[in-house]
Amino acid sequence: MLLHSKAARRSAHAVFWLLFLPLFALPLLVIVAASFATGWSGALPSGVTLAHYRDAVHGDSLDALLTSAATALAASVLALTAGTWAALAAQKLPRRARRVLDGLFLLPLAVPSVVVGLSLLVAFSQPPLLLNGTPQIVIIAHTVLVTAFAHQSVGAALTRLDPAYEQSAAGLGARPAYVLWRVKLPLLLPSLSAAAGLCIALSMGELSATMMLYPPDWMPLPVQIFATTDRGSLFAGAALAVVLMAATLLALLAVSRLRTRAAYR
Amino acid sequence: MSSATTTRPATAAPHPEAVRAPGKRPARRPGAALWALPPVAALALVFLYPLALVVWQSFSPEDGGHSTAPYAQVLAETSFRDALVTTVGIAAGATAGAVVLGSLLALIIAFVPFPGGRAFARFIDVFLSFPSFLITLALLFLYGTVGIANGLWSDVTGAASGPFDFLHTPWGVLLAEVTYFTPFVMRPLLAAFAQLETGQLEAAASLGARPARIVRTVILPEALPQLAAGGALVLVMCLNEFGIVLFTGAKGVVTLPVLVYTKAILDGDYTGACVVAVVNIALSVALYALYRYVMARTAAGGHRRAAA
Repeated sequence: MLLHSKAARRSAHAVFWLLFLPLFALPLLVIVAASFATGWSGALPSGVTLAHYRDAVHGDSLDALLTSAATALAASVLALTAGTWAALAAQKLPRRARRVLDGLFLLPLAVPSVVVGLSLLVAFSQPPLLLNGTPQIVIIAHTVLVTAFAHQSVGAALTRLDPAYEQSAAGLGARPAYVLWRVKLPLLLPSLSAAAGLCIALSMGELSATMMLYPPDWMPLPVQIFATTDRGSLFAGAALAVVLMAATLLALLAVSRLRTRAAYR
Repeated sequence: MSSATTTRPATAAPHPEAVRAPGKRPARRPGAALWALPPVAALALVFLYPLALVVWQSFSPEDGGHSTAPYAQVLAETSFRDALVTTVGIAAGATAGAVVLGSLLALIIAFVPFPGGRAFARFIDVFLSFPSFLITLALLFLYGTVGIANGLWSDVTGAASGPFDFLHTPWGVLLAEVTYFTPFVMRPLLAAFAQLETGQLEAAASLGARPARIVRTVILPEALPQLAAGGALVLVMCLNEFGIVLFTGAKGVVTLPVLVYTKAILDGDYTGACVVAVVNIALSVALYALYRYVMARTAAGGHRRAAA
């Protein structure tokens, strides 16, 4: 407790709400409000309609949502596999090699997403691997961008893991594969599911690299939102944005339920 | 680039392998390196090889051969210089804003607690899981030509249009970036504040120190590493931000990532785009290396304190 007088505490809280409400709460609220509005020329939106949501769950917009979900799922599974594998392998390496490996897997964090998109475009528009214009190139881009988070999260969990578990399992004669599958991975499950949530959320909202390389028949939801608002249909864009937020939250909720189940095991 | 790889934060607790007697190296298993090979090969194929191609292409002018001519050409363009100045200016401004605002809000949450403060931490996590461009979209409804602020102005004064028209200027981008990145500063700060001993604060207060002085001399020095780390991370993310700038639809605000996009997708000038990309990578990797360095120092510092 830093402020002891009641008046001082009140004014500190007043400052907090004065900054928090307009800067952080209002933006999310206005998007929701706009998604139901027919127009907005006064202080408050005018007219209530569900038409934007009807459009948002039909045709192109529904395709975009499914595209985003499929991309996020595929990229997260690939990223978790690669990130966990690399983190497990790094643990067995000598110190210097481990640092190099960790650094390599964190490098995508430092490279701008747009540049990741550009690099894939440059690399896979020419033989031997011609992927430009396919859904795979979008999934690869998302995987590259989220693998760093999976690797970081699993790596941090591994250093906290008590080695006594695997040592006693190995001491009792369990083979390395059995130790990995029955001891290590179950212990890592909470951090794996946390990483999965992060990967899915990031992939669902990814715009920068996707703008560089999406093919016309694989257009994720953020690109659809941009295309809609760029046309001037701000209210339809707001409805799509609400759908995106809801889908992201739902995915996070599902993953966190998985985590609590894992924590009880 | 290698400097980014050498600054892994030390773990807080010494790893059991690290407390082995010096000189007695852990037995090398030849299989270990083999197991690391598949993920590294995959990363090389989809990330390192494409990145190398970008650098290679940036030295390959359209008319064949290899030279630094593309760099000379792009660096001489006013559009590139303007983009560089805009990018660094907005990133520095947004980082400063996020650090000041984030520190203030985190201080109030941590040290002037109020009901609902815990729910606020959850709100930050949710906020961080949303993409950045949503903020720009929201600002369009707040300060756009149609929107609350201008609508309110018209309602009150009867004027046909309101005075707020800054969204398509760098100020609009700055406001959006400060809003979106402030939580990234608050999260590490709140973690640091939670570890602070309240005894120190009470001792300082009982000795007659005023709140401002306690913040300045007790709290901020303790949390400085986390503040620096959060600030550096935000600076890197601001330099690389694309969605916020794209959604403002501002022709006047061009940052380096937007220039990469414009050159490659709209102009089809891949060599020029690669040159800008290399400059952007150099800028942000250097800053990211600095961030990892600060983080490593932070972890080491925490370890020293814990051991003392």
